[in-house]
Amino acid sequence: MCLAIPGKVISLHEENGLLMGKVEFGGTLISACLAYVPEVKVGEYVIVHAGFALNVIDEEEAERTFALLKEIGESEGQG
Amino acid sequence: MKYLEEYRNPEIAHRLLDEIRDKVTRPWVIMEICGGQTHAILRNGIDELLPDTVTLVHGPGCPVCVTPLELIEKALTLASRPEVTFVSFGDMLRVPGVSRDLFKVKSEGGDVRIVYSPLDAIRIAKENPDRQVVFFAVGFETTAPNSAMLVAQAVREEITNLSLLVSHVLVPPAMTALLDSPQNRVQAYLAAGHVCTVMGWQQYESIVRDYHVPIVVTGFEPVDLLSGILSAIKQLESGQAKIENQYARMVTREGNLYAQRQIDDVFQICDRTWRGIGVIPRSGLKLRDKYATFDAEPRFGLTDLVIAEPADCISGIILQGLKKPNECPQFGNRCTPATPLGATMVSSEGACAAYYNYQRFRNLSEK
Amino acid sequence: MPDKPLAPEDFARCPLPISEHDTVQLGHGAGGRMMQNLISNLFRWAFDNDALNKMDDMAVVSLPGNKLAISTDSFVVDPIFFPGGNIGELAIYGTVNDVAMSGARPLYLTAGFIIEEGFPLADLRRVVESMRDAARTAGVSIITGDTKVVHKGKGDKIFINTTGIGVIEHPHTISGTNLQPGDRLILSGTIAEHGMAVLSQREGLQFDMPVLSDAAPLHGLVSRIIEAGGGSVHALRDATRGGVAAVLNEFAVSSKVGIRIQEKSIPVLPAVAGACGLLGLDPLYVANEGKLVAAVSADKAEEVLSAMRAHQMGKNAVIIGEVIAEQPAVVTMQTLLGSWRIVDIPLTEQLPRIC
Repeated sequence: MCLAIPGKVISLHEENGLLMGKVEFGGTLISACLAYVPEVKVGEYVIVHAGFALNVIDEEEAERTFALLKEIGESEGQG
Repeated sequence: MKYLEEYRNPEIAHRLLDEIRDKVTRPWVIMEICGGQTHAILRNGIDELLPDTVTLVHGPGCPVCVTPLELIEKALTLASRPEVTFVSFGDMLRVPGVSRDLFKVKSEGGDVRIVYSPLDAIRIAKENPDRQVVFFAVGFETTAPNSAMLVAQAVREEITNLSLLVSHVLVPPAMTALLDSPQNRVQAYLAAGHVCTVMGWQQYESIVRDYHVPIVVTGFEPVDLLSGILSAIKQLESGQAKIENQYARMVTREGNLYAQRQIDDVFQICDRTWRGIGVIPRSGLKLRDKYATFDAEPRFGLTDLVIAEPADCISGIILQGLKKPNECPQFGNRCTPATPLGATMVSSEGACAAYYNYQRFRNLSEK
Repeated sequence: MPDKPLAPEDFARCPLPISEHDTVQLGHGAGGRMMQNLISNLFRWAFDNDALNKMDDMAVVSLPGNKLAISTDSFVVDPIFFPGGNIGELAIYGTVNDVAMSGARPLYLTAGFIIEEGFPLADLRRVVESMRDAARTAGVSIITGDTKVVHKGKGDKIFINTTGIGVIEHPHTISGTNLQPGDRLILSGTIAEHGMAVLSQREGLQFDMPVLSDAAPLHGLVSRIIEAGGGSVHALRDATRGGVAAVLNEFAVSSKVGIRIQEKSIPVLPAVAGACGLLGLDPLYVANEGKLVAAVSADKAEEVLSAMRAHQMGKNAVIIGEVIAEQPAVVTMQTLLGSWRIVDIPLTEQLPRIC
């Protein structure tokens, strides 16, 4: 269920009154609806599902939890 | 790709596996709700790497699998009509009705189109003003906002030759329905990360409280899944039951309020039949009365069909996590992806198909 | 009614049939002058060679040696123009590659066209010109052909059938039935580019992928492989529809062997991985038009790999796995995490999915 992957917002535009944007996935671009992430800025990452960005990725939170993941693993690995 | 590749890191995954082995002292049954997670678990062979004491059972989180037969039949009926252009996600084309699927309808001349975004239905409606365009609105809380935006946009653009065949379902009522079952064996849930992206994790606070069951919001990559499983094991081992958010980069407590508001404007909660399970109260979405003109069922005069599930298919039991696909006597014999008895074998996200494709021969690494 | 009987010169004033069109008409396939004009002005002009120019009902050619490789294939791709190519060059390379997988040197092609009435002649010309260019690149001549025009709606723009003939000048048995336990499997480069390039243009799925179809002739690479590996080259197959997964499964079934591959060794360009991720497709099952899988005995595998990497079509070649005696007819893959899973044969074309 719910195949959604993170992509980077490259540009914003309006189409028939809807906020849209080009979103990049490893070099591939699609046009996604950004109406549910109206505050998104170019350069931020969004999670895209069936043509819609469902949320903006919290980059700080991502870094914090990933660091934690690595740390837990490492200390366990050493211990 | 950023936020994807680092969560596939085998080293971190193996450290998490070590820690799971370290923490687990007795058998536990954990259910991943989401079909996408089932797929990822089997594709990466995660279930094979877990200690035998940890059993993952696969939940009903596949909209393809749980869309009731009568709605599939309605879809097939609509797609067969000469004036209708039937628009669907690719997932639904191979789902069998009583005797055929959308591919068969297409081969008989039906105008069936695959789209990636529901908004494509608007483009098709504008390009074909003389045709009736029907969008098959399936899925959980992740596709519901997209269907809702389709309706809102159709109103804005005054498009009248568009309607929706709505089959949206909601995850939390299915979770409580499973816990209420006397045969329930689920001791902890991995909650579906992308559903939570939209709805937030606050939805699960009452389930944790009422049923004392650990719930961990979990992502889709191996490291996400393993850290979700680890969190669940830690809670189970210490007798705790709380909601934890492993997927914090995507999920907040409140979720996406814009999306929730749009869903709420267009849809209202209704009872919904789940294929293989039966009616789950307040587990579906239907169009609000103010948008009734977009409802394909009255527009095309479709009355309710009563259709029995194939008697030999135990997909309902599979979807409730009571049995694993390879415990079904039909599995791999009469029932294969080429000759599916039920929806769990049809959808690539379905637990039976995932078992067939990835795990048909057990213990591969031992050979 | 005319007030006097019609004289012969009056007929000269009847409107002449239109001989110049910008789209294909039924008449272009009807065997008359329109068809002759189309054949002379387009096909013969483009494919120009002695055997074809005789305009007999058949081409007469002589062949060196006495072992032939023959293959036929029909091309019905939609859309007919896609990033990096079109149906015309596909019809050349597809058949050239099928012939080449026996280790043959492709020499001649036939070309049959089924064209839908109303198809723009400018598009036909583009297709035919790229067939001409592709045939030149592949060093083959298109020596005979056929043209049919079907009523509007009875075909989809243009279908092309090509049959290829090549000569086998080596003594080895190269066949999908010939894999041996211990063989290494070598993939000639990054996968899934053709299938995703075509998909990127489909209605309802449009995405912008900076990757072109990999459509290319592989016979040059094949001759390097045979030079380097000789009789140690057991099987070759181009990974078209069904992708690399289909080839591996065909090998495993035909040779009654098991196949094990490593997920981490499969090369996929980031943009292709991105597009596959968006649509929920597994690149192992996506079509290629310029990639092959070779099964080579272990002692020669490194040598063949180096030879492949020295050729333009194999510069990203990698060893992806090996042939085993156990688990006959089954392909398994070690995942990035180290566990093993089945790589099954695809039931049908993968569909873009949302869940």
